[in-house]
Amino acid sequence: MSPLTSLLRRTPARAGAPGAAAPSAGATLPSADAPSRGGLVEIRGVHKAFGDLEVLRGIDLTIEPGEVTVILGPSGSGKSTLLRAINHLEPVTSGLISVDGEVIGYRRDGDLLHELREPEVLRQRTAIGMVFQSFNLFAHMTALANVAEAPRRALGVNRKEAEAQARELLALVGLSEKEGAYPRQLSGGQQQRVAIARALALRPKVLLFDEPTSALDPELVEEVLSVIRSLASAGTTLVIVTHEISFARDVADTVVFMDQGRIVEQGPPAQVIDHPAHERTRTFLQRVRTGADAPVDAEPAGPADPSGPAGPDASPADHPRSHSPEDLR
Amino acid sequence: MTSSVVTHDSARRAPASGAASGADVMSCPPGTAPLDAPEGAPSDGDRPGRGARASLGVVSDEELARLRVVPARHPGRIVLAVLVGLLAAAVLWSFVTNPRWEWGVVAQWFFAESIIRGLLETLKLTVLAGALGFGLGLVLALMRLSKSSLISSVSWTFSWIFRSTPLLVQLLLWYNLGYLYERITLGVPLTDVTLVDTRTSDLMTPMLAAILGLGLHQAAYAAELIRGGILSVDQGQLEAASALGIPARDRSLRIVLPQAMRAILPTAFNEIIGLVKGTSIVYVLAHAELFFTVQLIYGRTQQVLPMLLVATVWYVVITSALSIGQYYIERHYSKGAVRTLPPTPLQRLRARFGRRPVTAGAPA
Ligand SMILES: Nc1ncnc2c1ncn2[C@@H]1O[C@H](COP(=O)(O)OP(=O)(O)OP(=O)(O)O)[C@@H](O)[C@H]1O
Ligand SMILES: [Mg+2]
Repeated sequence: MSPLTSLLRRTPARAGAPGAAAPSAGATLPSADAPSRGGLVEIRGVHKAFGDLEVLRGIDLTIEPGEVTVILGPSGSGKSTLLRAINHLEPVTSGLISVDGEVIGYRRDGDLLHELREPEVLRQRTAIGMVFQSFNLFAHMTALANVAEAPRRALGVNRKEAEAQARELLALVGLSEKEGAYPRQLSGGQQQRVAIARALALRPKVLLFDEPTSALDPELVEEVLSVIRSLASAGTTLVIVTHEISFARDVADTVVFMDQGRIVEQGPPAQVIDHPAHERTRTFLQRVRTGADAPVDAEPAGPADPSGPAGPDASPADHPRSHSPEDLR
Repeated sequence: MTSSVVTHDSARRAPASGAASGADVMSCPPGTAPLDAPEGAPSDGDRPGRGARASLGVVSDEELARLRVVPARHPGRIVLAVLVGLLAAAVLWSFVTNPRWEWGVVAQWFFAESIIRGLLETLKLTVLAGALGFGLGLVLALMRLSKSSLISSVSWTFSWIFRSTPLLVQLLLWYNLGYLYERITLGVPLTDVTLVDTRTSDLMTPMLAAILGLGLHQAAYAAELIRGGILSVDQGQLEAASALGIPARDRSLRIVLPQAMRAILPTAFNEIIGLVKGTSIVYVLAHAELFFTVQLIYGRTQQVLPMLLVATVWYVVITSALSIGQYYIERHYSKGAVRTLPPTPLQRLRARFGRRPVTAGAPA
């Protein structure tokens, strides 16, 4: 249990945020290679219901600055809902979520939580980047414009500066030569890398990934994962929902296993993935493994075998929803 | 890239260049000549000897360099084009040779000063009513999509009223506003300060009545049409913009609207072209736009058909100009929505007569 005091501490508004004293045209951003400091995410007693359906039933989770947290769990367990709650795309029913002590979506005043108006929520969101399963790149803008848009509109950075930074970020994800391409002219993996560059453009303290590779062809998964891996070592706090177990074991500091709106267990990958304490975790992992990255001791699967060596995330690109193991029952 | 499906004409075109004839290319059955089989295509995955291309041996390197693509021919299209051409010529012939159309009279009046003045009035009405219609329409559409139910129902009510009353009635009501409200007074409530005080009939000229009538009526339709375009944009775009902290105004104007334009434009140009011709309805207000002017003239000269033809040809000219504009504006907004933009008619002509390769597939 982390001290509640850190929850109450308010951080001063970030420099350059539109809410704070009119951002000058020359508002500067740290250059792309300066690692951004990770944020501390605290999730306390979060419940979320859609009508009668309780999707999150009391989530408590502390994510230390710079830590990489991977959330695993069957389909419908509330992983996406939790991620969306962290940047307030989905307001929670009760409980609260804070980043570096700043409550997301509310202003805390003693025992009162005042709901924030949209401009303030937008300012908070600039500290929390999000990468979507379906990329959601702005289809009418080039890769460069996609990356430069948020700094220009949300932080008031001028165009030249935003584009210079966008170029650096595109180089970072290995897409320098694609800056003039429109999203539809890019492969899925390239689109997702642009989306990561776009999320990085605001220098977020926390980056959320919702199944960043499950809309990708198996060959493209690795190019995206390697970009995420490099971010993990750069010190940004990462929260990743994925079905790539071996990737989770590789990069995660903490693995969180969720089922039916609750956290079943959490801990380092060596514990949760390799020696799960709960039966539910064990069966889930077993199903993922048999379909996925279990050591291939049988004869290599034929090319037509849907449960190919790339695992459950290997659904074809035109089939955006990957089957999580629950679906395969 | 070339593929085994296209016809290679090297046999016909390059026999002089050496002993190796292109004939053996033709003998290569479709599907067995993976000239450009994607590397690592799944079907190749487990086959031994992935690099089987080297052993193919059907096409030598020199041959490969000589291969030319001949574009597919479409004989059906040529036949159809000839038929359509003949039909068009026949219609045109009767049109030109029938003396009852009195082309002489048409020519005499076509650039007459009064006609040009009427034409300018028509254009002015179209531009002003169109601007009012689409400007207000955009506001109404955004209001309608607002989370506030008050704002959205105000917009709904506006559309409901202005779509349910006939345009003619609206025009006459605006023009006769002076009968309903004799004076228009604008002042600060609860004080004696008056800002404007005027007789309604002085204010309500036929021009203003026409602009209000056409513009507000247009706005009700434009609102629905813009709203439809906005709804067609994927929800994920808005979500991504919100997650990036982009303010609401920029989300609407920079992210959603440009993408909605693709759905909006074809219908919007329909509406604008409808408006050009729709302005002729304001002849009921005796406003001297193109159609009213023509009526005045044939009332005097009795040359009804040729005068109607004068107006018609002008409407055709305006509509044609708008259609060309529409093509290029639509093309602009389809950037990013299609993988490659189709060539413009101009580029196509240049490609055809300049004999430059149209596709990258044809080796130079
Ligand atoms: N807007 C909504 N309205 C109603 N129910 C919703 C809504 N969004 C999510 N749900 C429900 O909440 C539950 C959790 O959904 P969520 O998307 O968080 O699952 P998930 O763990 O991300 O699953 P997956 O692995 O399939 O992505 C599901 O039962 C879903 O049907
Ligand atoms: Mg999900």
